[in-house]
Amino acid sequence: MSAEGHDHAMDHEHEHHHKDTFITKYIFSIDHKMIAKQYLITGIIMGIIGVGMSMLFRMQLAWPEESFKIFNILLGDKFAPNGVMANDIYLALVTIHGTIMVFFVLTAALSGTFSNLLIPLQIGARDMASGFMNMISYWLFFLSSIIMIGSLFVEAGPASSGWTIYPPLSALPQAIPGSGMGMTLWLVSMAIFIASSLMGSLNYVVTVINLRTKGMSMTRLPLTIWAFFVTAIIGIVSFPVLLSAALLLIFDRSFGTSFFLSDIYIAGEVLHYQGGSPVLFEHLFWFLGHPEVYIVLLPALGITSEVIATNSRKPIFGYRAMIMSIIAIAFLSTIVWGHHMFISGMNPFLGSVFTFTTLLIAIPSAVKAFNYITTLWKGNLQLNPAMLFSIGLVSTFITGGLTGIILGDSTLDINVHDTYFVVAHFHLVMGISALYGMFAGIYHWFPKLFGRMLNKNLGYVHFWVTAVCAYGVFFPMHFIGLAGLPRRYYTNTNFPLFDDLQNVNVLITVFALIGGAFQLVFLYNFFSSIFYGKKAVQNPWKSNTLEWTTPVEHIHGNWPGEIPEVHRWPYDYSNPAHDVDFVPQTVPMKEGEEVLHH
Amino acid sequence: MTSLLVIIVLVLLAVALWQLTKIFDLTQVGSNSDSSEIATDNDNNVQGYLMFGFLAFIYIFSIYGLFKWGPLVLHTPASAHGGEVDNLMNITWVLIFIVQAITQVLLHYFAFKYRGKKDQKALYFADNNKLEAIWSVIPAVVLAGLILYGLYAWTNIMFVDEDEDTIVIELYAQQFNWKARYSGEDNVLGKANVRFIEGANSVGVDLADPYAQDDIVVTELHIPKGKKILFKMRSQDVLHSAYMPHFRAQMNCVPGMVTQFAFEPIYTTAEYRELPFMVEKVANINALRSKKSIGLVAKGETALDPYTFDYLLLCNKICGASHYNMQMKIIVDTPEDYKAWLKDKATIVNEVKAAMAEPAAADGASGTDSTKTKDTAVVSVMAMK
Repeated sequence: MSAEGHDHAMDHEHEHHHKDTFITKYIFSIDHKMIAKQYLITGIIMGIIGVGMSMLFRMQLAWPEESFKIFNILLGDKFAPNGVMANDIYLALVTIHGTIMVFFVLTAALSGTFSNLLIPLQIGARDMASGFMNMISYWLFFLSSIIMIGSLFVEAGPASSGWTIYPPLSALPQAIPGSGMGMTLWLVSMAIFIASSLMGSLNYVVTVINLRTKGMSMTRLPLTIWAFFVTAIIGIVSFPVLLSAALLLIFDRSFGTSFFLSDIYIAGEVLHYQGGSPVLFEHLFWFLGHPEVYIVLLPALGITSEVIATNSRKPIFGYRAMIMSIIAIAFLSTIVWGHHMFISGMNPFLGSVFTFTTLLIAIPSAVKAFNYITTLWKGNLQLNPAMLFSIGLVSTFITGGLTGIILGDSTLDINVHDTYFVVAHFHLVMGISALYGMFAGIYHWFPKLFGRMLNKNLGYVHFWVTAVCAYGVFFPMHFIGLAGLPRRYYTNTNFPLFDDLQNVNVLITVFALIGGAFQLVFLYNFFSSIFYGKKAVQNPWKSNTLEWTTPVEHIHGNWPGEIPEVHRWPYDYSNPAHDVDFVPQTVPMKEGEEVLHH
Repeated sequence: MTSLLVIIVLVLLAVALWQLTKIFDLTQVGSNSDSSEIATDNDNNVQGYLMFGFLAFIYIFSIYGLFKWGPLVLHTPASAHGGEVDNLMNITWVLIFIVQAITQVLLHYFAFKYRGKKDQKALYFADNNKLEAIWSVIPAVVLAGLILYGLYAWTNIMFVDEDEDTIVIELYAQQFNWKARYSGEDNVLGKANVRFIEGANSVGVDLADPYAQDDIVVTELHIPKGKKILFKMRSQDVLHSAYMPHFRAQMNCVPGMVTQFAFEPIYTTAEYRELPFMVEKVANINALRSKKSIGLVAKGETALDPYTFDYLLLCNKICGASHYNMQMKIIVDTPEDYKAWLKDKATIVNEVKAAMAEPAAADGASGTDSTKTKDTAVVSVMAMK
C-alpha cells in the first residue's frame, strides 16, 4: 500500500514538473498549505502586537498616570513623556488593539489559517478553486497589516476613535489628532483588508461547493467545513457594506461630502457639512460589525466540534442540529445589528424589533452548547491540549453568551451600554472563545501544518494559566461595568464615585499581565517545535477526517495518488459495528452496517 | 528598585514554569516516544482532576466575587422607571446564574468523570431528537418571557406621550463639557443650530425665535423630584452619550439631530445621600481616599478632598482625548428649591445682551477687543433674523 502510494507520488511529480524555487515555495506560494502557514505566522505576529497593546493600557488603568519606563521605551517621548502615558495615545492603543484583534487576528488569521488548511484537505481537493486568488488574498492581507502597523508611526498618532470609528470623531482631525493621517491609513488598510477577505471567502465557498471528492456529500462534511463555509458566506454578505461605509467616510473626510456629518461647530468654526447622519454610519458599520462576531466565532466553534468529537472518541452529538444551528446563527446574525444602537437615537420601535431578533440567537447557541456537553457525556476523553482549549471555549462561550441576554435586551442595555460590562461580555464570548478555538486548532493541526508535534506539557501549562487568567480578567470586569464605569476612559481618577473600583482594576491588570506573559510559553512552544518538535505520525489523534490520510510531508496536490473516496460521515468514533474506536471516512461501509445518520 | 523587582518576578515565574512542566513530565514515565506528545492515561487523569479543580475555581471565584464586588454595583435606582429596569435585570440574573451553574458543572464534571482510560469505550450516541427539542424549546419559552417583559418595559420608558406633563430640558454636549438649556415658562425650547453659535450664545440658540426668549443656559443641572423630565439632547461636534447611571438613563447626543430620553427622579440628592447603602459606599470611598492621601502627603503632594455623593452626567461615547473627564453634576432638588434656583437665572437672550453691553461700558479698557468683535457678529445675526 505504502509502496504503491510512493509510486503514485513519483508519477504525480513527474507529470507536473514541479520545480519550486525559494520564492514560489515560501513567498508567492499558491499552495493552500503554505498560504495557511503564512496566514498563521502573520496572524501570530499581529496577535503579539495586539495583545501587547492591551498590556500597556491595562497598566495605565490599574496605575493611572504612573510612570513606567516601558511606556517611554515603546511609545516614545511624544506619547509617554517621562514614562507617563498620554491620554490620546491611550485611545489609540485601545483602537488599534480592537482593530488588530478583531480583524487581523480573529478574522484573517483564524479563517485564513484553518479555512485554507482544512477546506481542501477535509473535502478531498488538490487545492483551492483558485490558488492564484488565494495567494493574492494573503498578500493583500499582508499589505493591509503593514499599512496598519505603519499607521502607528505617523506623527499625530494612529487612529484613535475606537475600533468602531464612528464619525464625526473619525472624520475630523480637529476632534482628535488620530483622525488625521492615522485614520486615513486605517481606512486604506481596512479597504485592502476587505478585498483580501472577500477573495478568500469567495474561494472558500466555491471550493466547498465544487471540489468535494467522490462521496463527500454536504451531510458528510466535517462541522469545521460547515462552519468555514457559512462564515465565508456571511463575510461575502456583510464585508462589502463595511467597505461602502469606509468609502463614504473617505469621501466625507477628503472630498467634502456630507454622508455622515451635519451641523458641526468645532475649534471655533462652523463646518459646511449639512444633512448627513452619524447614525447612518452606525447602521452600515454594524451591518458588518455584528455578523463579524460570528465570522470570528463560527470557525472557532467548527474547530471545537471537530476537536471535541475526535478527543471524546464519540460522534459529535446532533450533527444535523449543529449544521442547522450554524445556519440559523448565520441568518439571524445579519438581522440583529441594531442591538448595538439601542440608544443611538434611532426610533425606539426599531429597538423592540432588534431585541426580539437578538434574543432569538440564544436558541441555536444554546443548542450548540448543550450538544457539546452531551458529546462529552460517556465519552473516553483524551485530554490533549487542543481538547482542553475546546472545553475552555465551551465554558467561556456559555459564560460570555449568557450576559448577552442582558445586553441584547434594549431595556437593560440602557444602563450597561458602553460600560465595562460590555467589554467583559464580548471579550469572553468572542475574544477569548475565538482565541481558544484558534489555540485548539493550532494544537490539533500543528502536526498537519508542520509535520511535528507541539510539546504537550507546555501546552497544558499554557492552557491552565490562560484559563484562570481569562476568568480572572473578565469576571471581575462585569462588576465594574455594573457599577456604571464607562469604557474608553483614560483614567477614572476624575470620578471619586469610582474610587472603590480601583482595587478591582488592579486585580484585573495583574491577571492580564500574568496571562499575557504566559502566552510566551505558547510562542516558545510554537516556534521551537516548528524546528525541533517531535516528528509527527500520520494520524496522531486517530481522527476520521480526510486530512489525516495525506502524508506528513507536504506535497503539491495533497494526496500522492488518487484522492480517496468517502464512504461515511466523519464522526464514526466508537461505532459498535467496528472493533477500533475510529473509522476513517475512507473506510467502505461493511455489509449490513446500518447508516445511522444520513 | 522596580526593575530589580521585575527581574525577581520574571525569574520566579520562569522557575514556576519549569517546575510545572517537571511535574507534568513526571506523570509520563515509560510512555512511548513516538506518541509522547499525545495524552496518555496519566495525562488524562491529571488533566481530568484539574478540570474538576477548575470547576471549583469558577464556583469559588464567582461566589467570592459576588460578596466582594457585588456591593460595588449600582444600587437603588433614583428614577421612577429604574425599578422596572432593575426588576427585569434581577430576573435575568437569576436565570443566568441557574443556567451558568448547571452547564458549567455538567461541562467540567463530564470532563473529569469521562477522562480517558485505556479500556474505556465511549458510548456511540449520535442523535436524539427528543433531547434537541427539549433544549430548543425550553430556552425559547424562557426567552419569550424575557422578550415580552423587556419590550413592555422598553415601550414604557422610551415612548413619551405628547400630552404628558413634563419639564423640557436640553442637554447640550461639546468637547469636553455639558451644558443644560431650560425651556423656561413656555416649556418649549427655542430653535437652535450650531450656525447661531457666537460669543455668549454658546449653544446656538436662535435668539429671534419667540420660544427662545425665556430659555436659560446653565452648566449645572438642577431637576425637581417627582416630576418627569423630558431631556432633549444635542451635540455640537462629535457623538457623545448622556449617561446618568443612577437614573438608569442613557442616550447618545448626535450632531445634526435631536435625541431624547425622559425620566422622573424620585430621590433628591440629599435623600439619596442618606440611603444606608450610599452612606456605606461613601464611607468606604473616603477610607480609600484618606489611605491614598497619606501616601500623597508623604510625597509632598496635597491630600485628596473627602468625597460627597452627587448624581453625575457622564459622557459615555468616545469623543476625544479628554473624553475621560466630560461630566456634569446633577442636583435633584425638592420642587420648591428647584423653583427658587431657577428663578434668578438670566435668560440666554439677556445674557447675550449683557455680554454685548459689557464691552461697551468698559470701552477703552484693554483686552476686550476680541470679545467685542464677536459680539458685533451676534448683533448682525440677530439683525438678520
